[in-house]
Amino acid sequence: MASLSCVLRSGRNAAAVVLRREFHRSAPASVQVTVRDALNQAMDEELERDERVFLLGEEVAQYDGAYKISRGLWKKYGDARIIDTPITEMGFTGIAVGAAMAGLRPICEFMTFNFSMQAIDQVINSAAKTNYMSAGRQSVPIVFRGPNGASAGVGAQHSQCFAAWYGHCPGLKVVSPWSAEDARGLLKAAIRDDNPVVFLENELMYGVPFEMSEESLHKDFTIPFGKAKVERQGTHVTLVTHSRYVSFCLDAAAVLAKEGVECEVVNLRSIRPLDVETIEASVMKTNHLVTVEGGWPQFGVGAEICARVMEGPAFNYLDAPATRVTGVDVPMPYAKILEDNSLPQIKDIIFSIKKTLNI
Amino acid sequence: MLTAISNALCRITGSNVGAQTVSEFLIGQSELVNLTSPAASALATTTQRQPPKPPPVNTKASEAELVTEQPTLLSDPGARAVVSSRAFADFTPKASFEIKKCDVHRLEEGPPGQAELTREQGLHYYRTMQTIRRMELKADQLYKQKIIRGFCHLYDGQEACAMGIEAAINPTDHVITAYRAHGYTYTRGVPVKQILAELTGRKGGIAKGKGGSMHMYAPNFYGGNGIVGAQVPLGAGIALACKYLGNNQVCVTLYGDGAANQGQIFEAYNMAALWKLPCIFICENNKYGMGTSVERSSASTDYYRRGDYIPGLRVDGMDVLSVREATKFAADHCRAGKGPILMELQTYRYHGHSMSDPGVSYRTREEIQEVRSKSDPIAMLKDRMLSNKMAAMEEFKEMDSEIRKEIEEAALFATSDSEPPLDALCDHIFHNEPPLEVRGTTPWSKLKSSS
Repeated sequence: MASLSCVLRSGRNAAAVVLRREFHRSAPASVQVTVRDALNQAMDEELERDERVFLLGEEVAQYDGAYKISRGLWKKYGDARIIDTPITEMGFTGIAVGAAMAGLRPICEFMTFNFSMQAIDQVINSAAKTNYMSAGRQSVPIVFRGPNGASAGVGAQHSQCFAAWYGHCPGLKVVSPWSAEDARGLLKAAIRDDNPVVFLENELMYGVPFEMSEESLHKDFTIPFGKAKVERQGTHVTLVTHSRYVSFCLDAAAVLAKEGVECEVVNLRSIRPLDVETIEASVMKTNHLVTVEGGWPQFGVGAEICARVMEGPAFNYLDAPATRVTGVDVPMPYAKILEDNSLPQIKDIIFSIKKTLNI
Repeated sequence: MLTAISNALCRITGSNVGAQTVSEFLIGQSELVNLTSPAASALATTTQRQPPKPPPVNTKASEAELVTEQPTLLSDPGARAVVSSRAFADFTPKASFEIKKCDVHRLEEGPPGQAELTREQGLHYYRTMQTIRRMELKADQLYKQKIIRGFCHLYDGQEACAMGIEAAINPTDHVITAYRAHGYTYTRGVPVKQILAELTGRKGGIAKGKGGSMHMYAPNFYGGNGIVGAQVPLGAGIALACKYLGNNQVCVTLYGDGAANQGQIFEAYNMAALWKLPCIFICENNKYGMGTSVERSSASTDYYRRGDYIPGLRVDGMDVLSVREATKFAADHCRAGKGPILMELQTYRYHGHSMSDPGVSYRTREEIQEVRSKSDPIAMLKDRMLSNKMAAMEEFKEMDSEIRKEIEEAALFATSDSEPPLDALCDHIFHNEPPLEVRGTTPWSKLKSSS
């Protein structure tokens, strides 16, 4: 009775507090944090924790970051640790890799991963392969981070998804966070990792707030690489996705739930290593697989997932061929109507699920 | 076995045996230099090639007098102390040599025009350079026998660069270079045995056979880099770490005349100068980038000026003392917090670009021969020491023989050591990582990687 009057007076939140008191249960404190702030806090904490960590990139210091991810860090840590670079990707990426070889722990920011193409030799040949070529004598503890994939109206040269390209190479770890919790945990893990990590953010996710548990706000909260997260349990179809498309899949799942189709949404989190076990376990439960990504179809992340499922035990559990939902196989156009139709939409995901389920 | 026989034949006959391999000829040529250089001709009677004889012993002198005080480099159990007929006190302990004045760019003055050399230093430099020379010639031989495969870029002719630089810096300083790296791998502390075994792809190689010729590493030596020019920003980054950590160390960042036009080098110059990084950029100008002469590749061949706002020096790279003095000058400049500096070392490679390049389609044999006879770095040093009575001819011969033995033993190891085990194929993909599964050639082939 007391709780009912509470609800009428001060809304749901107050009732939650009352419920907590009544049931003597301490629910985890939940805070709303945007992906941007989660990244910012993670970097701040890691900079504080280890003096060898530093950030370099274009506009990261005095401008507070092109996308404000490094806001406040220069003011706090100064010129020596937050370094503005000239617009010379190949040069500053090489410098970052060299600094990592000599014992520092750089975070090398690409304003977008499109520009990393100019420096890709340093990422692959100087960073990724070195520990192997040196038989373990020379490690490269570095994080390459920045926004990846399509944004909004930025045109073909600024919209490419690099998950497949970097995910192709041994010696690299490649992660693609979706939520604020992903961003925080994966970035902390990346900075603490002794190996080169490619950290693919998404510009359109930066401003999105997520609830973060107390556990995830802990100073030492890290998310292990190679472990996907089941964001939504389901029984009829497995949706495997990463980054922004996790949101799309969850939205599609909400629509389909009304029609009695329960989708299981698997947030990859890690592109390399890929968590095949979680995917297989899910497919063995649902018997249907749909992959969803923003990148181009040919030789993409979805293609790899399909191949792996074919090679493993889950193949025998498939009731239909796996389906890939991908970006359209064109360079990204500018006009809004064209751009919108170059990337997977929720209706495409729903359509693909229904086709796969034959409903 | 055959090699040993033909070596012996050469020594005995003092001439080039008809059935000799080209590499034997080259080895012969490097000894021939002794006879053709001006200073040595005066000592012609003592430098005739003869089978090794036990050195003459003065039976009247006491044993203590006979045994010369050699530094630890000769304390290898197999080496005997060199016995000379002259008493130790007869050698000049230290001498001063005039060295070529450096061309300077944006500097008031360059390194001094004089260099001091002690007897110990001289013997050490000789031994190191001769070891590199012999090691490279041995690699040539092994490559032609198809025991070394893939890429093999030899350093013979350029030894004064590696030795001069190492003589001017500390072991705690840092060095990074491109693919012509065997000399630096040696001066940075890797034994010949482990270099040759890496070339032959054995598990005893410095990179356990995983790297090969272009990917050898040691503490404070960052390879060995295969992508032309990529090592230059890396070197600037190592210098950034030195500055960041405030350890007063410098990074020597080497590249060739071929790489000197790479855009990323100019990007590295810019940031190094902007942030005053303690980076010594060194261009080893051996006049040819693969088959392209400097005139055909570069609008400006004044490589020491290419840093524009970065001060530069042009140095005689065939003179180990010039290289040493210039590098000292450069290191002082960096350690004083003045930022980066650029050095161009004018040097020469006797071999082609790599083992697949005979090296005579874009330059003449006469040119190569002229450099060998007039500017060989090892001969130059030896002549200086002999004409200043800093050492005896016998000591050099003894060192040569010890080095020959060391190289032979190393080559034996490199050819007899076993290849890396197959189950190590996937090791070291990552550092400090629990073992992980690696996909093999087929879905059923699940391999394991250990860090």
